[in-house]
Amino acid sequence: MRERLLFAAQLAFTLFVAAFLIVPALLSMLAGVTVNYFRGIASGFTLQWVVTVWSLYADTIARSLLIALGTLTVTLMIGVPAAYALHVRGGRASRLIEEIITLPLAIPGLAIALALLLSYGGVSAFRLSSLFILAGHVVFTLPFMVRSVMAVFASIDVKTLDESAASLGASAWRRFRDVIVPNATPGILAGSLMVVTLSLGEFNLTWMLHTPLTKTLPVGLADSYASMRLEVASAYTLVFFVMIIPLLVAMQLFADRATRTGAPRVGA
Amino acid sequence: MSAGVRLEHCGKTFPDGTRALEPITLEVGEGETVVLLGPSGCGKTTTLRIIAGLEQPDPGGRVLFAGEDVTAVPIERRNVGMVFQSYALFPNMNVAENIAYGLKIRGVRAAERSARVAELVALTGIEGLERRHIDQLSGGQRQRVALARAVAIRPRVLLLDEPLTALDAALRERLRGELNRLLRTLGITAVYVTHDQAEAMTLGDRVVVMSKGAIAQIGTPKEVYFKPASRFVAEFIGAANIVEGVAAAGRLSLPGGVLPLVNSGAVGPVSVMIRPEAISIVAPSESTCCGVVESVSFLGDRQRLNVSGVATRPITAEVANSFDVKVGEQVGVSIHPQAIRLLPGEER
Repeated sequence: MRERLLFAAQLAFTLFVAAFLIVPALLSMLAGVTVNYFRGIASGFTLQWVVTVWSLYADTIARSLLIALGTLTVTLMIGVPAAYALHVRGGRASRLIEEIITLPLAIPGLAIALALLLSYGGVSAFRLSSLFILAGHVVFTLPFMVRSVMAVFASIDVKTLDESAASLGASAWRRFRDVIVPNATPGILAGSLMVVTLSLGEFNLTWMLHTPLTKTLPVGLADSYASMRLEVASAYTLVFFVMIIPLLVAMQLFADRATRTGAPRVGA
Repeated sequence: MSAGVRLEHCGKTFPDGTRALEPITLEVGEGETVVLLGPSGCGKTTTLRIIAGLEQPDPGGRVLFAGEDVTAVPIERRNVGMVFQSYALFPNMNVAENIAYGLKIRGVRAAERSARVAELVALTGIEGLERRHIDQLSGGQRQRVALARAVAIRPRVLLLDEPLTALDAALRERLRGELNRLLRTLGITAVYVTHDQAEAMTLGDRVVVMSKGAIAQIGTPKEVYFKPASRFVAEFIGAANIVEGVAAAGRLSLPGGVLPLVNSGAVGPVSVMIRPEAISIVAPSESTCCGVVESVSFLGDRQRLNVSGVATRPITAEVANSFDVKVGEQVGVSIHPQAIRLLPGEER
């Protein structure tokens, strides 16, 4: 009796997920390749909407990928050393800084965007370039990098590793390069995956920060929903999936492998 | 100036105001092993970290290596070898890479590095493990790798922070012997921190007993055992009976009788320390001091007795395992005057 109940619950959950996650996504992508969505599949299949999307929005895809990559680079360059410093120093000041870094998670993206616009919107060269969006993405994703790297530091007693490398004569830079980063790899990879995913899908902030010449993929998607045929917007979703899914799968596989085989070796 | 390590007036107050260490002065001779011994929170690890350069002493304190003031020199340029309680081996490197890391930092060529690694692997008895990863090693093996890594750089001083504490008792005892042999072979200047008095006795040329951030006594293992400077030292090292009595005319009066004292000018109430193994149980008629056996514990290699009536509190005596004695028996105690140690002052 209990087993049956359990089975029923599992089935219900599966159906629920299918109904609200998988089916809508599939339907949306299907709509992108139908000649006329309102007439249904009977109207036949076409790639013309995909071509339309590509010709209109190809630049947003490239820009999104570039911004995600740029965001990743900046968060790695700031986030990993910051996590190291915050962990090794410890104390009240470090915790305060950690809280401040985490703040953007609790504040609506629109508010952050507004604050950025008020502060730096006047610097027009900056305002008009994709760097403005990049800055917003860094603010928004940095806590994810810092947090996941700090979580790893907390689990491997990085402070003593650091001290022992120092006792062997390693300068702060050598310690960071030879001991800290290699041993923080699982956290760095997890953080990177998070940062790239968030940056690619970010809409709130980006919608406020973009200009007609600096649209990203999600902004383009909103744009197409608002101003084009439903089929075009759906084709856009299709393009989004086709672009993003392989990227995420590849990153996940890479992270899994790196974590499973232990952190990469330092060349001997 | 000696060639070893010298601490001058090194105290440590942490930013939150905690006084971890009273200003201490301590000298470690070249090739000498000094053990810092004490309960947790006594300042021994802080002292070690000051020598290492991981902590700065309060203003006025100085750290000297072979007469050279290294107080302002950061740890990475002090050339110290350090073995941590958790070993702190690098998980991203194998055994050989761990041992060679300090040499690599110093720009030693690869061929020379591997020769040195081979030498240390043989010395510490971990042959065949060179390509292993750290998580494939047992506790004892990790300890040996940590030691080999610290020694590889030919440090001016080897600093060991409770290196055996993480191991189980049997292994600890074996490694204690090995470590002792190794320290003698290398003739290295070493400072060893522990809370285990057996380790301190085995390994130390001298033992520094510490309590509440200050040095309670410095001496050879025999000195601190037989001639403790205070009640704290007497009780911390080995088992000790602390007995209150009245001294007069070279004799100590106790509730159970009198015992002879050596060349003592002491007069009036005193505290003395008597080690359990220094007490002989004799027939009441042969002794000037008597009591009643309260309990007998057979420990295999010896027996432990509790005898009441001798002093205000029951005293502990250890006797041969074949000695025939029963609970409730009236016995006399005989103690060599040398073994009755007057304790200066009551410092606890």
